[in-house]
Amino acid sequence: MVESHRLKISVRRSRSDRRRPKPRSDDAFFRVATGAVAAVIILLAAAIAFELVAHSRLSIEKFGFRFWTGKVWDPVSGEFGAFPFVWGTLYSSFLALLVASPVAIGIAVFISELAPGVLRRPLTFLTELLAAIPSIVYGLWGVFVLVPLVRRLETGMPESLRKLSLFSGPPVGVGMLAAAAILAIMVIPFSSAVAREVLRAVPASQREAAYALGATRFEAIRAVLYHGRTGVVGALLLGLGRALGETMAVTMVIGNNPRAALSLFAPQHTMAAVIANEFTEAADQLYLDALVEIGLVLFVVTLAVNALSRLLIWSLERRLRAIPAAAEPAAASTVEAA
Amino acid sequence: MRLSRLIAALSLATAIARPGVAQTVQINGAGATFPYPIYSKWFSEYNKLHPEVQINYQSIGSGGGIRQLMNRTVFFGATDGPMTKDQLLAAPGGILHFPTVLGAVVPVYNIPGVDAELKFTGRVLADIFMGKVSKWNDPEIAKLNPGQKLPGSDITVVHRSDGSGTTYIFADYLGKVSPEWKKTVGIATSVNWPTGVGGKGNEGVAGLVKQTPGSVGYVELIYALQNKIDFGSVQNMGGEFVRASLDSVTKAAAATKGKMPADFRVSITNAPGAGVYPVSSFTWLLFSESPKDKRAARTMTDFMRWALHDGQKYCADLGYAPLPEEVVTMEMEALKKIRF
Amino acid sequence: MSRSRRRRVVSALFAGACAASVLLALLPLAFILFYLLKRGVGALEWSFLFHNPKPVGEVGGGFANAIVGTLILIGLAGTFAVPVGVISGLYVAEYRGSRFASAVRFAADALNGVPSIVVGIFAYSIAVLPVRRFSAIAGGFALGVMMIPIIARTTEELVRLVPESFRDGALALGATRAKAAWSVVLPAALPGILTGILVALARIAGETAPLLFTAFGNRFFSTRLDQPIAALTVQIYTYAVSPYEDWHRQAWAGAFLLVVIVLVLSVIARLATRRLERMHG
Repeated sequence: MVESHRLKISVRRSRSDRRRPKPRSDDAFFRVATGAVAAVIILLAAAIAFELVAHSRLSIEKFGFRFWTGKVWDPVSGEFGAFPFVWGTLYSSFLALLVASPVAIGIAVFISELAPGVLRRPLTFLTELLAAIPSIVYGLWGVFVLVPLVRRLETGMPESLRKLSLFSGPPVGVGMLAAAAILAIMVIPFSSAVAREVLRAVPASQREAAYALGATRFEAIRAVLYHGRTGVVGALLLGLGRALGETMAVTMVIGNNPRAALSLFAPQHTMAAVIANEFTEAADQLYLDALVEIGLVLFVVTLAVNALSRLLIWSLERRLRAIPAAAEPAAASTVEAA
Repeated sequence: MRLSRLIAALSLATAIARPGVAQTVQINGAGATFPYPIYSKWFSEYNKLHPEVQINYQSIGSGGGIRQLMNRTVFFGATDGPMTKDQLLAAPGGILHFPTVLGAVVPVYNIPGVDAELKFTGRVLADIFMGKVSKWNDPEIAKLNPGQKLPGSDITVVHRSDGSGTTYIFADYLGKVSPEWKKTVGIATSVNWPTGVGGKGNEGVAGLVKQTPGSVGYVELIYALQNKIDFGSVQNMGGEFVRASLDSVTKAAAATKGKMPADFRVSITNAPGAGVYPVSSFTWLLFSESPKDKRAARTMTDFMRWALHDGQKYCADLGYAPLPEEVVTMEMEALKKIRF
Repeated sequence: MSRSRRRRVVSALFAGACAASVLLALLPLAFILFYLLKRGVGALEWSFLFHNPKPVGEVGGGFANAIVGTLILIGLAGTFAVPVGVISGLYVAEYRGSRFASAVRFAADALNGVPSIVVGIFAYSIAVLPVRRFSAIAGGFALGVMMIPIIARTTEELVRLVPESFRDGALALGATRAKAAWSVVLPAALPGILTGILVALARIAGETAPLLFTAFGNRFFSTRLDQPIAALTVQIYTYAVSPYEDWHRQAWAGAFLLVVIVLVLSVIARLATRRLERMHG
């Protein structure tokens, strides 16, 4: 693999050398050497995909698409259906985004448009702090602080509401609600950081034009948000990508029960959590392959979501760059570092 | 050539630098959480006696112990449910079972307002864990516990989320008393739970029960004792309600007298006899018959001799029952089967 | 008149909602930090820092094995990831526009988004199964895989921040492109690259999922790279889900320590970025 890349590089170099007046031999060496190291990244990404496919073949062959609709996860009889995990992952991420998106946009707007200059920096710092806390710490806090709170909420809920299928089941505390809450908290700083950069990248002329037309602050900001909408959606998708793959904090509070349910109180399971729980102990090959297949799909889905999100942000950036006034190309750079 | 000489010189230098101190042997094992308290005690005590021996045990569940032993990523495994025929056939090379101690699986519960010891029959436990009995004041439970003020709240079943020998013992027992359990849920280290919340390891289940009012779960006795979680007595074959204890588990072990198979794979749940606790089991260490690492094999057999004799004295404090004399003798003989 | 008033009210409400969402997000942060201080600091004692775990259920013991384990793991990850990440970042920045550089960039983005649990599966099948042993190296490899894209992307961004005039100057003095990149551009970007490395270290120091099936954990104090090793995060996890009060206490102390490590790394990185931005403005 590395060899073939090298080959490609050297071929391309000789072509470009023809264009250059003086070929320099150590330039070529530099390019090939650093390129070979860079190839490691491609190699790793490819190897992950390859390993996942190779190690899930048994399950793919045996169950086919039925794997994704099957509701029974029964290692005893060798029946593996991943629907409960897919449901749990999508449901928890959806709920988290439902809460996190408006909050994240609100934060971004507040920091970049509304907050007085002195507050901007400390607020940015604090939201970034939220992103820096490891997920295991969220999990620990979830187990000992959030879950008891959720349980109190559940037991305190009036009987009439408890009859709704959204709130059915015993008040355990661990379950979908706790997981979605933790995920929302974890996703907010990511989405808001990117959304903030997107808003910053929208040229000042947009706001000035709105104000010149007599717009209120809200109307001006709405114009800015509208202008940067693809980027904002991209920012929210980036949060989704994170929510889909989150493992530790979720497995500690979701209840790890492979049963899809609408109820927010029901203990459920997610794709990442089932791998964390069962990967080291899947005692036969089919079981193991079924788990790896879940990993494979998680990989593909997060890849797609992240790619889409970057595409949106990038297309906005390109559009902004086309406007002469928007000289700042900084949109993604600091985000990457965060 | 030069490199190999350099390596030889280096290893010589390290040998000289540490005269007298045998190089540490690190041996890795993984598996059951059921005997984890006594194993971690043993490995820690053995390390005090032999500072050069470090036996690192990770309690990832019996299913994990079997899996990782079959993958040969650990030197030894540990399980509370003996390996199945299929698993033994699939394993690379022969695998030997060695019983280490006996333990009991107890039904633990957390019912606000109820401190007393509840009585359960196997049938009722099966119904609770299948979700058929879903309220604490269900007549099935109330009938067995006259005089108890049971609340009308929902029962939250807490079970294992990982593959577990504790699950195996519990399911094995329930399967013997409830045909429906055997048919719909099954007997294995991980089963298809009809209801409930999953916790990882005995630790995880005990933790969840402790934190969840209205819950019921099943854990190894020591986890209930150490954490002061209420646990009930279970009706045995003779109709007595017996509480798990050193004595009642030892009595269950006596049922194997003269009947222990040569490979030690035996179930003693629902054993006959007076005063027997019905959800008792041996727990096993698993070794490869012809391990690759000879040094580790020698160290581990030394350890086993220690554990089978001196080690047994730690049982009582931790709520396990020591092995019957007869089984120890058989095992000392069987240890010779490990080739190194 | 009333219409413009309504518009102003809507505007004020909107501003209020935005401010409220800031508070809403900071509330959990305050809540978490409060509990970390309340339950973590008190448990952070001598034996926690310098003792190894006691047998299950016994009170006492500590996290010494896990603290050293985490340091070793992130050291290993860094050794593997820093050269690959920095050189790849430099390559992509120097040759951006070329198809191969775009491919590397795309792969880095893809790798950055891979869920950590999937990285764990990968590292298990690459670094554990073939050698039939859980080890510190396998854990370091898993963390390294997560570190590489972060370092590569920050390096790329920061190399691009170095003013074109630096490179032009070097080239004008007769340096080759390689020489210019290596001796002028890279050193100019170095503080930024170090920042990127710190950010990456801060992120992986808190990772748990990729270590579950690679570093595996060790109850003893072990510094051997070819053996299983303890990690702060994994030990916090097993202690947190356990039923033992004393282990919960230690889990909080561990979490506090972990957050301190992560925050110190992030804050240094942040301050350094500020200075850098001001320098190249």
